[in-house]
Amino acid sequence: MRAHLADFELTVATDLTAALTLLANGSANGESWHPMAGGTDLMVLFNAGRLPYRKLVSISKLGELGGISVSPDSVSIGAGVTYSTIQRDPILQAEFPLLCQAASWTGSPANQNRGTIGGNIVNASPAADTPPALLVYDAEVELTSLRGSRRISYDQFHTGYKAMQMRPDELLTKVHLPRRDHALKQYARKVGTRKAQAISKVCFNAAAQIDSSIVRSIRIGLGSVAPVPLRCHKVEAVLTGQPLTVALIAHAREVIAQEIKPIDDIRSTSQYRSLVTQNLLGEFLGSLL
Amino acid sequence: MSHRLIGTAVLRKEVAGKVTGKADYVDDLHLPGMWHGITVRSTIPRGDIRKITFQDGVPWSEFAVVTAKDIPGKNVVSLIVEDQPYLASETVNHMHEPILLLAHPDKYMLEKARSLVKIDYEPLATIYDIDEALRANKVIKHYLMEKGDVDAVWAQAAHIFEGEYSTGAQEQLYIEPNGMIATFDRQEGVTVRGSMQCPYYIQKALMPLFDLPAGKIRVIQQETGGAFGGKEEYPSMIAGHAALLAWKSGHPVKIIYDREEDMAATTKRHPSRTRHKTAIAEDGTLLAMDIEFVIDGGAYATLSAVVLSRGTIHAAGPYRCPNVRVRSTAVFTNSPPHGAFRGFGAPQSIFALERQMDKIARGLNMEPAVFRERNFLQTGDSTATGQVIEQPLNLAALQDRALSHACYFMKKAQFRQSNKTATVKKGIGFATFFHGAGFTGSGERYLQSVAKLRATPDGQVQILCSMTEMGQGTNTVLTQVAAETLNIPYEWVTILRPDTALVPNSGPTVASRTTMIIGKLVENAANCLKEKLALRSGCSAEEFAEACAVHGPLEITVQYKEPGAIYWDDQKYRGDAYGAYAWAVYVAEVSVDTLTGETCVDHFTALQEVGRVLHPVLAAGQIEGGVLQGIGFALYEKVKFRDGAMINNQMTNYIVPTSMDAPPISVLFEEIPYEHGALGAKGIGELPMDGPAPAILNAIEDALNVSFQHVPLMPEEILERCVA
Amino acid sequence: MAETPIALTVNGTAQTVAVPGMKRLLDVLREDLALTGTKEGCGEGECGACSVLLDGRLVNSCLVPVKQAEGADIRTIESTNLGAMQQAFAETGAAQCGICTPGMILAAHALLADRPHPTREQIREGLAGNICRCTGYQKIFDAVELASRRNG
Repeated sequence: MRAHLADFELTVATDLTAALTLLANGSANGESWHPMAGGTDLMVLFNAGRLPYRKLVSISKLGELGGISVSPDSVSIGAGVTYSTIQRDPILQAEFPLLCQAASWTGSPANQNRGTIGGNIVNASPAADTPPALLVYDAEVELTSLRGSRRISYDQFHTGYKAMQMRPDELLTKVHLPRRDHALKQYARKVGTRKAQAISKVCFNAAAQIDSSIVRSIRIGLGSVAPVPLRCHKVEAVLTGQPLTVALIAHAREVIAQEIKPIDDIRSTSQYRSLVTQNLLGEFLGSLL
Repeated sequence: MSHRLIGTAVLRKEVAGKVTGKADYVDDLHLPGMWHGITVRSTIPRGDIRKITFQDGVPWSEFAVVTAKDIPGKNVVSLIVEDQPYLASETVNHMHEPILLLAHPDKYMLEKARSLVKIDYEPLATIYDIDEALRANKVIKHYLMEKGDVDAVWAQAAHIFEGEYSTGAQEQLYIEPNGMIATFDRQEGVTVRGSMQCPYYIQKALMPLFDLPAGKIRVIQQETGGAFGGKEEYPSMIAGHAALLAWKSGHPVKIIYDREEDMAATTKRHPSRTRHKTAIAEDGTLLAMDIEFVIDGGAYATLSAVVLSRGTIHAAGPYRCPNVRVRSTAVFTNSPPHGAFRGFGAPQSIFALERQMDKIARGLNMEPAVFRERNFLQTGDSTATGQVIEQPLNLAALQDRALSHACYFMKKAQFRQSNKTATVKKGIGFATFFHGAGFTGSGERYLQSVAKLRATPDGQVQILCSMTEMGQGTNTVLTQVAAETLNIPYEWVTILRPDTALVPNSGPTVASRTTMIIGKLVENAANCLKEKLALRSGCSAEEFAEACAVHGPLEITVQYKEPGAIYWDDQKYRGDAYGAYAWAVYVAEVSVDTLTGETCVDHFTALQEVGRVLHPVLAAGQIEGGVLQGIGFALYEKVKFRDGAMINNQMTNYIVPTSMDAPPISVLFEEIPYEHGALGAKGIGELPMDGPAPAILNAIEDALNVSFQHVPLMPEEILERCVA
Repeated sequence: MAETPIALTVNGTAQTVAVPGMKRLLDVLREDLALTGTKEGCGEGECGACSVLLDGRLVNSCLVPVKQAEGADIRTIESTNLGAMQQAFAETGAAQCGICTPGMILAAHALLADRPHPTREQIREGLAGNICRCTGYQKIFDAVELASRRNG
């Protein structure tokens, strides 16, 4: 354990307003507080002696960040909801299975009991497992500060590697998923370094509505192939409204190869990521023929 | 001969502590007044140390600091060649080389202090590549092992096959990292407690460091959380460091490596490169094997000569071949030294051989099983070192049984069909191999191992030896052997924790020697004990207890004596390399996803002839665990290097198999009792490491009809070839 | 800075520790409460050797700052209600070097609490966060199946 314990302070926020006040005051007078939910990202950095924040405010018990609420139009997941809770929720299983799948693929059972969807989003790793599903489901994130709340399409949320549309005095409080009433063919595949507890090399999520072999709609969300979780608008545009044919699939493969921006890193190579992405697209589209 | 305990699954001797969390590993110990230590290591791979600065930010006066200048005795880790310092004094030769030591009462202060030690270097040139090291003649050791005359037969060969194969480094990844606690006392000298395989190696290494005799260096093994060779030689280094800090500070000092440090700084399996040139006669028999085997030893000699030796002797495998030449070399590079890891050179050379055998079979358009069968050693044949196989040996029968169990022929044919249309292609492949148990040649005679038995008046028996339990089952098997031989309950026999003040030197716990060789010593000691007590053979436990009561406390000491003549020429590398070999056939069934290049081992069959299985659960456990490490070696465990050192030194980036990655493993044993092994047993601990990698790559070739020659074989490499 | 005491229940006993809030639950257990059965294997939440139950759920204690465990009910390997699983591990040979065993037993216990009769595949999934380097996992699966059968 490499952190110099005496340098750190952890306080527990009693409610959301108290947490937001700390975040607001912190940015004002120079000593900044950083929120910690389940700790499964921040504590890894802490243990390695690489946590850049000295003052942490725990938001793990805030009731305002918990709960999954259902309305006719959408399902709202509190940012503090854990991967375990997501996996077990019957509405999410029925209507947002890719998200439940992603939650089951993140880390390990022990880490799923602590890690939160909000934490997964704001840690902003391009390799995170839930973002591709959130992109496919057209999620909106709700950001709250003392000044009030605002909602952003999740597709707009990440602006660059580890950069987000979020101000220092804001907390991500909810994730909203619009409910759809038409049948979707859904597909998720994570290619990692092994079958469990793996950071992904490519994470591919997709949902399509096919009607008499015409692609009525298609949404594709990818992880680990760009500096941010990637919604593949270009490939979607090429496919939407078109009759699905072998030739179109071949073309779509070429388009996706141009749309993604994979790199070589400690886990894999750009070339591998590109080939796999194309192959998984081919596999998904092929299954719709 | 009927057995009472042998062949039964008695409970592991120390299992209660392990399942309740009460077992005392080194980090569980706290001594009064104990401080904590940390190692400051080089941040460049090679260079002269120019200046050391202790920057502001911690109260340095509260720290104990040890540099090379402080060392009271010789600054050398005594092993084989005296080239590795405990602390670098003027020059560093690898990244993470220890330079100085710090200790403080507050362990949370240590990392901050370490980060404040600034070291300036003058960098020097480095070598990381095996061929560059060969050209620069950076040789640790070279062997030439010859039989017949390979060069005389090339002209007569019907076929000649060449191949080049390589294996990467592999991290042992014992789940308990290295750790030691040392105390220093002016009267008693040094006492070290920790995670280790060889207490007497550590004692021998600490004596010149402090210029103290053996009686003043006490080494005690704590419960050890896995080792696999990674705690064979390295512990001398960390023990020396902890002891130096204890000596300097006047306090007990505990050093525990965290995972990042342990992975980056300690030993790994030697990377290897093997070249094969094989001459085949018209009838498909081996005429000549010309083998060049090179291993990367890292910056200091450590055990590389011995790893090279075992790799050399196993390089030509369980085959009959009249002409063999193995030219092997261990080279220096500027990596942290590579070291012992289960298999110890054999997994490397056997990988190459078994891939070459399949290459030849394909080239001859022969089924690999038929080609091997045509060339297996049989009783009366001689190995590449000229050792005549005296024990009954029927590799063809072993191969038949293994392949039949794995439904090899049926599946192979099935996969050939289904692969035509499937994107996930399946394949089945196998490897046949042997592994010599015990030290090579006259090594066991040289060790002169000693074991003792102590009997109390109420019939309780205690085993005293230096063999260390690290999960493999030493405690259980040795007590089983004693209890069986004495015909007393398993519960009446205990084994003393290895402590150099209390137990004799039985040699190191390495080389798959414990059960076979030291178990035999224990068996002999038990027979001596019965003689001493004037007990007839077949006497009951009650009679034993009575005899003990009558006789009073009794101690028997036995020393290893070579069973019959073992002729081994260390210069020419000829003769009887090992007292006994275990023989094995391993079969891997794989699926390769051609969309992602991922390989999954779907099923694994491990068949081996091992003498006598003393404890079926422990024996199977060794095979299952070794097979999974072999699967890791083949498909997952890639060490990524920069400046000669590991940069993926975190468990999130060094990939070992999880429960989801482990296939079902069928373990089959054959038993032909070996008379000089304990109650017939031969060594098996390292054997399972040799077979999986070549079996898996043979299976992948079966699935894809594409040949790969290196491990670890990653999906990226498979996919690239699939597309090409 | 004075540390305010943090109260938690460990294996059924109320405990109070005056330590910094960021101190890891793992270190509090091992150092302040002398419960050394929970082990550190990686410090990254990857190996599971530090697994404990926090309010009935399996967590990696190396990733939990003790302040977040305030008021929680913690169960470690020293807990007395693990006997059935411990016995199963002992009988099947599921423990070799033993260092992963405490975490593995906690994970197995949590799995059966959630799913009393898991398939072998579900056992693999439930234990995927606990790395064992010695056994190859086969006998660990056997132990969980044995404990499950005995539960009835």
